[in-house]
Amino acid sequence: MIKVFVPQDTTSKALGADDVAMAIDAYAEQHGVDIQLIRNGSRGMFWLETLVEVETQTGRVAYGPVMPEDIEALLAADLLSGSDQSPLYLGDTESIPYLAKQQRFSFARAGIDDPLSLPYYCASGGYEGLTKALTMSGQAIVDEVKQSGLRGRGGAAFPTGIKWQTVHDVAADPGQTKYIVCNADEGDSGTFADRLAMEADPYQLIEGMTIAGLAVGAECGYIYLRSEYPEAHRILNEAVMRAERAGYLGDNILNSGKRFVLEVRLAAKSYVCGEETALLESLEGKRGMVRVKPPLPAIKGLWGQPTVVNNVLTLAAVPFIVREGAQAYADVGYGRSRGTLPFQLAGNIKRGGVVELGFGVTLRELMQDFGGGTFSGRPMRAVQVGGPLGAYLPESQWDTPMDYESFAAEQAVLGHGGIVVFDDTVDMSEQARFSMEFCVEESCGKCTPCRIGSTRGVEVIDRIRANESRDENIALLEDLCETMVDGSLCAMGGMTPFPVMSALRHFGEDFERGEV
Amino acid sequence: MSDVLPNNSIQALDPELWQRGVVESVASLKHKPGALLPILHAVQGVIGYIPSDAIEYIAKALNQTAAEIYGVVSFYHQFHTAPGGANQVEICRAEACQAMGSRQLEAHAKASLGVDYHQTTSDREIRLEPVYCLGNCACAPSVRINDKIYARVTPERFDRLMDDVRTVRVEVK
Repeated sequence: MIKVFVPQDTTSKALGADDVAMAIDAYAEQHGVDIQLIRNGSRGMFWLETLVEVETQTGRVAYGPVMPEDIEALLAADLLSGSDQSPLYLGDTESIPYLAKQQRFSFARAGIDDPLSLPYYCASGGYEGLTKALTMSGQAIVDEVKQSGLRGRGGAAFPTGIKWQTVHDVAADPGQTKYIVCNADEGDSGTFADRLAMEADPYQLIEGMTIAGLAVGAECGYIYLRSEYPEAHRILNEAVMRAERAGYLGDNILNSGKRFVLEVRLAAKSYVCGEETALLESLEGKRGMVRVKPPLPAIKGLWGQPTVVNNVLTLAAVPFIVREGAQAYADVGYGRSRGTLPFQLAGNIKRGGVVELGFGVTLRELMQDFGGGTFSGRPMRAVQVGGPLGAYLPESQWDTPMDYESFAAEQAVLGHGGIVVFDDTVDMSEQARFSMEFCVEESCGKCTPCRIGSTRGVEVIDRIRANESRDENIALLEDLCETMVDGSLCAMGGMTPFPVMSALRHFGEDFERGEV
Repeated sequence: MSDVLPNNSIQALDPELWQRGVVESVASLKHKPGALLPILHAVQGVIGYIPSDAIEYIAKALNQTAAEIYGVVSFYHQFHTAPGGANQVEICRAEACQAMGSRQLEAHAKASLGVDYHQTTSDREIRLEPVYCLGNCACAPSVRINDKIYARVTPERFDRLMDDVRTVRVEVK
């Protein structure tokens, strides 16, 4: 029997993976070839999707990008025996430089097998972390996470161990429990690492949340998942059900007497609900309005109880740390940014995908060595790092090492590691306008500078673009941005000025296109 | 309420849909902590929007005011208070898609469908909505049609997809 792998993640499906899988199945049936078609997760090399892999005696070989219309020729060229007689032949999958050069901790399993296969998960080190955690005290688990140097991967980069310590040290109200909330509202454009982690390795996240529950004494967890991710929703729900059935979740985890239950909750298309306090409001069934801090969610979070709110990748990193030890994780990284970050190459890029590496690689290395330049073939001009609230970087900043502190020094943010590339056809004044427009759409409305300032921001940028009292309006925009930065409760209003001001500062010429 | 909301009551209009979409959704979910979003998703999943009488019904079930429920419904881009088309088409407006020509794509889509965002085509087949990121940013621009996502959508491909959506619909009938 021949094992054939066709991914089932969102991007592969969006590129026709289902049709490819169907064509392979039909061919095998028609020609009486005994195959086992496995719908694996994606390896994250999205430029090669649909990446079809065939298991041969010397290992797995890959073909890609396979379009549904290629499949007939591929099968005729003996794809099923791993033949190299096709222009789409890529050879040994793991030797593809894009993959071979990565340091895969959190994405070690991505794309290897059926993401819902518990036997595969357990055979590849899965649930070893949980088994170990069940023999440890909560404090010992918190210490391990502290020593790993893990910082929140959602963008704010707060030390995870410290957050967990706070929740560990505070008691829930009588008759109540503490909570583990996974922020899976990955709304930043140019980011899809959370999505891939959930679609390609859902048990790793579930295990990480369960360990977090043991560490801080929480018995209940929620994954707050954006509704824009229907595939992740399907896969996570199924994974939670299977983990429950196998005793990895529930009232008596692996017969330890410990309880942890988990539910996936669907968000409702609101960007600001990615902010942790707005997220908690939304989970409670309210409008996603940002809360004033303090109290911190760690002390008074979901329904007023101590709550860990962590990003998908933060929680997904935990099983590795507990299994391999804090040092193994801390050994990789740069400065105070320890471990790996899955960078995401997106936008106008030839080879887009997930690149998991230790911190410290430069933007240029990522965009050139991995990304291979623009998709359009035109020169790169601007790069937005860290989502819609992240700065636009001109070429002079592309040698900045990718770590939290180096980016902060350039008045930029690393955020969730999303890298959106634009070629030289971009109009940066239009991008600046969009940043304000997005804030108009998505502001929760609580703070005046964000709610009203964003609307005024669109208007003033329109006047600058139309060359109306240019100098006065630029001064006004700078003032407005300062007010938004200083006067907003959360990053929505507080960081919208980052892309706006970086566009104005580094690409000022684009604001002078209007007729004088 | 009647000042803000269009009267889209369905209880009298379609009792079977009311029972299945509202009564059963509320009954099966109202015990959950923070039940409102799951209930709204369930109601809209069956009916396609949140009818005005459903808002009153949910409010009673959760011991909240109708104004509170409407406040939540109107906060989230997800929820609609009026019927739309048989299919929902969402075009990603976020930066990664912009870098790959989504501004041209959205202009094309609006022109070829003859609607703006949040509107439904005259044949009631397609409601056009913006979306801010589908997580498919490495292969932009992206479009979502109901629960399926499509990558690298050119204007020509968009037209073919719209043809397919309408054809499939006709066959089902």
